[in-house]
Amino acid sequence: MNNKGIKATYFDFSNLDAEKFKTATQETLMMTIVSMVFVIVLGLLLGLILYSLAKSNKKSSSFFYSVVSILSNIFRSIPFIILILLLIPFTKALLGTFLGAKAAIPALVISATPFYARLVEIAFREVDEGVLEAADGMGASKLEIVWKILLAESRPALISGITVTTITMIGFTAMAGAVGGGGLGQLAYYQGYMQGDLTTTLFATILILVIVFIIQWIGDLLVTRVDKR
Amino acid sequence: MSLISLKKVTKRFEVKNDTILAVDQVDFTVEEGEIFGIVGYSGAGKSTLLRLLNGLEETTEGRLTVNQQEIAHLKAKELRQFRKDIGMIFQHFNLLWSRTVLENIMLPLELAKVPADKRCERAEELLHLVGLDGRGSAYPGQLSGGQKQRVGIARALANHPKILLCDEATSALDPQTTDEVLQLLKQINQDLGVTIVLITHEMHVIRKICHKVAVMEEGKIVEQGNVMEVFSHPKEEVTKRFVQQETFPEVVEENTLDYFSKNYTQGKIAQLTFRGEKSKHPILSQVIKEFDVDISVIQGQIQEINHSSFGTLIVELTGEEEEIRAALNKFILEGVGVEVVGDE
Repeated sequence: MNNKGIKATYFDFSNLDAEKFKTATQETLMMTIVSMVFVIVLGLLLGLILYSLAKSNKKSSSFFYSVVSILSNIFRSIPFIILILLLIPFTKALLGTFLGAKAAIPALVISATPFYARLVEIAFREVDEGVLEAADGMGASKLEIVWKILLAESRPALISGITVTTITMIGFTAMAGAVGGGGLGQLAYYQGYMQGDLTTTLFATILILVIVFIIQWIGDLLVTRVDKR
Repeated sequence: MSLISLKKVTKRFEVKNDTILAVDQVDFTVEEGEIFGIVGYSGAGKSTLLRLLNGLEETTEGRLTVNQQEIAHLKAKELRQFRKDIGMIFQHFNLLWSRTVLENIMLPLELAKVPADKRCERAEELLHLVGLDGRGSAYPGQLSGGQKQRVGIARALANHPKILLCDEATSALDPQTTDEVLQLLKQINQDLGVTIVLITHEMHVIRKICHKVAVMEEGKIVEQGNVMEVFSHPKEEVTKRFVQQETFPEVVEENTLDYFSKNYTQGKIAQLTFRGEKSKHPILSQVIKEFDVDISVIQGQIQEINHSSFGTLIVELTGEEEEIRAALNKFILEGVGVEVVGDE
C-alpha cells in the first residue's frame, strides 16, 4: 500500500471515474437480475418438488426427497468463490468464456437456486392444511391447487425469500468480480485494492450498500402489500 | 333411492405398526332434503366418516353411494367432478386469506370453469343470501368468526350443490353466533332444499336444526333415528350423556323429590315429564280449569327440540284428594309422564 494517510487514502477523488462506476453498477445489476430470474423459476420448481415429495407418503418419495435434499445441501454449502473455480470448465463449455459478467451467471444460479428452493419449500409448508383440504373438497386438480392455493397463500414468504436471496446474490456477484466476473466487485478489487485506489473501493462499497437497501425496502414494501392476514 | 347410503362402511388407517379403526361397519341413509346430524365426542370417528362422503378419505370396506354414485368406483377425474356437487364447511372456515370475500366465493366457480362475468354475478347473489351484502371486497382477516363462516357457507353453495357437509361448523363460534349460523343453515335447507350432513359434539346443534341424528362412539354408530325419539328414549349410555348435557342440566334425583315433599307439605308433589307433540297444548291451564286444584311450579326445565317441547316440571298440587287424583289422570291421558312423590 502507500503512505498517503487515512484521509488521502479514502477520500482521494482524483481517480474516481464516473463512467467506470456506471458500467460496473450496470454489470452488477444485470448479473443479479438475470440470475434471479433463473433462480426464481428453478427455485420454485425445485421447492415444489421438495414440498410434494415430503408430503407424499409413498416410500419412493422419501428416498427421492433425501437425494434432492442432499444435493441441494451440497451446492448450498460449497463456498461461492470455490464453486466459481470449480465451474470454470462448465462455464467455458456453456458460454465459451469464463470472464465477464455473463460468465458469472451459471455459478450464481447454481449456488442460489438450492438456497431459494429451501425457502420456497418452507413457505409452501406453512400454507394452512385446512385450506388445501377445502380446495381438494371443491374438486381442484393438483395443478389448480399449486396455482390458486399454494402460490397465492405463500406469497409474502415467497417474496421475502426473493429479497433475502437477491441480497445474498449481490454479495456473490462481488466475489465473482474478484475472479474476473465484472461489476462493482471487480472494480473494488482490481481498480481499488490492486491499484491502491481505496477511494474507488469505498465508493463501490457504498453503491453496493445502496443497492442492498433499495432491494430490502422494495421487498418489505411488497410483503406488506400482499399480506392480508 | 336415498341420496346418501352407507352399508357396513369401514375405514382403517395403517400407521407404522398399528391399525386404527376410525369408522367401524357403519350403516345409515340420508334422504333428500334432510338435515342429518352425527354427534359424538372427539375421537369418535365422525370427522373421518364425514370425509368419506365426499371422498376426501377412501373407504376400506363397505358400500358407500352418494347421489347414486359409488365413490369407490370413481376415477380421479370423475371424483373431482363429483365433489363439485358437494359443498363443505369447516370449523376453522378454511378461507384463503389472500383473496377477498368475493374472490373466495368465486374460487369453486373458477374451478368449475364458470365464465368470469357469471362468477361475479353468482358470488354477489350468494353474498346476499348469507347476509353479507357490501362486504365483498373485505379480506377474511377483517371479518368476525360468524362472518367468516357465512363466507364459508356462500363458497360451499357456489356450484348449487345437492349436499352440504358441515364439519363442526359452529364449534369455534360463541353461542349467539352459533344460533345465527344454525338459523342460516336451516333456512338454506328449507329454501334451497339442500341436504345437510353435519357432525358436532354439541347436542345443542342437533336439537336446534337436525331432523335425524346418529350417535357415534369408537367408530360405531350406537344409536340413530328421529331426533325426538332418540332424545326421549335414549338407550345407550353415551346417548344418555349427550341428552343430559342438553336437556337436563340438573338431573332430578330421588332425594331432591323427597326434599320437596318434606318442604311442601300443603299438597302433593309430582314430577311431570313432557315428551314432544302433546306439550304444545296448554295442558297445565286446561287441568286447572277442569279440576278444582291449584298447581304451583317448584322447579322445571322445558326445552324446544325441533318444534316440540321436552323436559320435566316438578309441581305441587293442592286441593281435594279426589280432584288431585283426577287431575293427575288427565295428565296421563294427555301423554304426560307422571310420578307422584310418596306414592308407592
